[in-house]
Amino acid sequence: MAEETAIDDPMPTGPAQLVLDSASDGAIGVAQPSSIAAIAAAETVPPEITPLRAFWSAFSENRGAVLGLMVVIFIAVLAIFAPLIAPHAPAEQFRQFVRQPPVWAGGTWAFPFGTDALGRDVLSRLIYGARISLGIGLSVMLVSVALGIVLGLAAAFMRGIVEVVVMRIMDLVVAIPSLVLAILVVAVLGPSLLNTIVAVTVVYLPRYVRLVRAAAIAELSKEYVVAAQVAGVGKIRLMFVTVLPNCLAPLIVQAALGISDAILEAAALGFLGLGAQPPTPEWGAMLADSREFIRSAPWIVTLPGLAILVTVVAINLMGDGLRDALDPKLRRS
Amino acid sequence: MLRFFFRRVALTLPTFVALMFVTFVAVRLVPGDPIEARTGERGIAPERLAMLRHELGLDRPVWQQFLDYANGLLHGDFGVSIVTKTPVLHEFLVLFPATLELSICALIFAVVLGVPAGVLAAVKRGSVFDHTVMTAALAGYSMPIFWWGLLLIMFMSEYLGLTPVSGRMDLINYYFEPVTGFMLIDSLLSDQEGAFGAAVAHLILPSIVLGTIPLAVIARMTRSSMLEVLGEDYVRTARAKGLSPLRVVGLHALRNALIPVVTVIGLQTGTLLAGAVLTETIFAWPGVGKWLIESIARRDYPALQGGIMLISAIVILVNLIVDLLYVAINPRIRHG
Repeated sequence: MAEETAIDDPMPTGPAQLVLDSASDGAIGVAQPSSIAAIAAAETVPPEITPLRAFWSAFSENRGAVLGLMVVIFIAVLAIFAPLIAPHAPAEQFRQFVRQPPVWAGGTWAFPFGTDALGRDVLSRLIYGARISLGIGLSVMLVSVALGIVLGLAAAFMRGIVEVVVMRIMDLVVAIPSLVLAILVVAVLGPSLLNTIVAVTVVYLPRYVRLVRAAAIAELSKEYVVAAQVAGVGKIRLMFVTVLPNCLAPLIVQAALGISDAILEAAALGFLGLGAQPPTPEWGAMLADSREFIRSAPWIVTLPGLAILVTVVAINLMGDGLRDALDPKLRRS
Repeated sequence: MLRFFFRRVALTLPTFVALMFVTFVAVRLVPGDPIEARTGERGIAPERLAMLRHELGLDRPVWQQFLDYANGLLHGDFGVSIVTKTPVLHEFLVLFPATLELSICALIFAVVLGVPAGVLAAVKRGSVFDHTVMTAALAGYSMPIFWWGLLLIMFMSEYLGLTPVSGRMDLINYYFEPVTGFMLIDSLLSDQEGAFGAAVAHLILPSIVLGTIPLAVIARMTRSSMLEVLGEDYVRTARAKGLSPLRVVGLHALRNALIPVVTVIGLQTGTLLAGAVLTETIFAWPGVGKWLIESIARRDYPALQGGIMLISAIVILVNLIVDLLYVAINPRIRHG
C-alpha cells in the first residue's frame, strides 16, 4: 500500500490541523493524500479551505463511512423523537394482541413489527430502546473520555508515583476479561441502567488513559512544548491548552469506536439480566425476555438483535471513516 | 533478552496482588448477606445465624479476612463454595475443561477460516472477494454474539434440525465417566458408538458463536499485515526472480506476515473467556462462564471471588507468554 508507507511519518501530527487553524505546526507531516489539499492550504492560505472542510472531503471519500453516518443520524433522530415517532407507549400492554406477528408475516398495521409476549408493540420498544442504547454509549464515551484525559495527562506530566499507580491500575483492569469485570461491578452495585454505565465505563477507561498518556508523552518532547515552557506557561495550561489539542485526533477516533463497544457490552449485560431491568425497553434485555419464543415468535428474537447489529455496524463504519480522515497513522487496512 | 524476560515477569506480580485485593474488596461490597440469601424469607434463628457466620469467618475483622484470603490463595486455597460446600478450585477445575475445549474449538474455527480469508483478501485486494471478506469481518466484529447464538439455534437447530440446542452431550443415549474432562477425548475413550459424533455435533454452534469475533479480528489483521509485507522489497525481489506467485505469497510473504497475527491470536484469550460467559449461557454449556453467572445469582461470594481471580490469572499468564513469545520470534524488537 503505497499511501500507507508514505504516511509512516515519525511525527504524530494531523491533530493540530484540526484545532489550531493555521498555527505553527499545523500541517507539518500530514501526508495523507486527501489532506494534501490542507498542506497546500497551510502554505498558500486560501481562506475557503477550512480544516473542517478538509476533514469533510477526506471523510466523505469513504462511502461506507458516509453510509454509517447516515444510519447513525437516522437512529439518533428516532431516539430523540421517540415519543413522536413510536406508535405506542413502550410499556403499554395490549392483552388481546399477544405475540402478534409482524406485518410481513400476516400481522396488522397497528403493530408493524408485531407484539411481544405481553402484548407490547415491538416497533415502539425498539424505537425507545434506541434512546437507551445510544444514551448508554454516549454517557460511557463522555465519562471515560473525560476521566481518560485527566488521568492520562496526569500520568504523562507528573510521571513518578502517579504514573505508576495509574498505569498499574489500568493494567489490572485490562487483565480481567471485559464482560467478567463488568459483571463484577454490576454484582457489587446491583443491576440497573446507571450501574451498567458505571460498569462499562470502568471496563473501557484504560484504553483512553493509555492513549492520552502515550500521545501526551510523544508531544512533550516537541519544540513547541519546550517553547511554551520557556515562555512560562503554567502546568495546567500546558496540559490542557497546549498539549491536549494535539492529542485529540486519535482520541476522537477511539471515542467514536468506543460508543459501539459500549453499546455491545451494555446489551450483553442486559441479556444476562444484569443491565437495565424490566420493563425498560433495552435491546439486550428484550432479547433475554424473548429466548423462550424462538420457535413460536421468531420476530421477538430477531428484531432487537438486528437493531443492535445495525447500530454497532453503522457506528463502526463511521469510526473507521473518522480514523482514516483524522489519523492516517492508525489506518488498519 | 533475559533481562527483558525478568522485567516483564516482575511487572505482572503487582497486578496479581492488586487483583487479589480488588476481587476481595468487590465481593465484600456485594449487597446481601450470603446466609440471608440461603435462608430466604423463612428467616433464621439469631444464634444459628451467629454460628453460621462464625463458621464462614464472616464475623472476623475484614483485614483479617483479607489476610486469610491472600494466604490461602498462595497455598492454592481459593475458598469453599458456600452453596456446594466444595473447594472453589476443585469446582473450577471440573468445569474449566468444558470452557477450554469450547475456546480451543472456537479459536481453531477462527484461525482456519480467518487466516486464509485474510491472505486471499490481501492478494486479491480490491476484488469482490476482498470486499466480501471485509464486510463480513465488520459484521462479525460488531456482532452481539448472544443474538448470533439465538439466530443459529433458531435456524440450524429448530428449523433445520441439524444440531442439538444445548449442552455438551446427548446424556439420554450416552453416559461415561469423565477422564480428561474434554468431551471429544472422553467420548472416544468410552468406545460407545456415536458418542464422538454427538460430542462434535454439540460443539459446532457454540464454537461458531464464540469464534465469530476472533475470526473477524484475525481476518482483518492477516489482511493488513499481508498487504504490508507484499509491498516489501524482498517480496518484489522474489517475484523478479520469477518464483511462482504461490511460492512468493505462501513462503516469503506469509511467514513474516504471520508474526503480528500470532500475537493477535494469543491476545484473544480475554475475548474468548468473556465471550464464553455469553456463549455458555445461551447453550447451557457447563463451563466456568455459566458457573460465574450462577454464582452471582446464588450470592456465592467465594465462588465469584475465586472464579474471577482464576479467570483473570489465566488471561494475565497467557498474555505474558504471548508477549515473551513475540519477542522471541521477532528479532526486530528483541533488543529494543
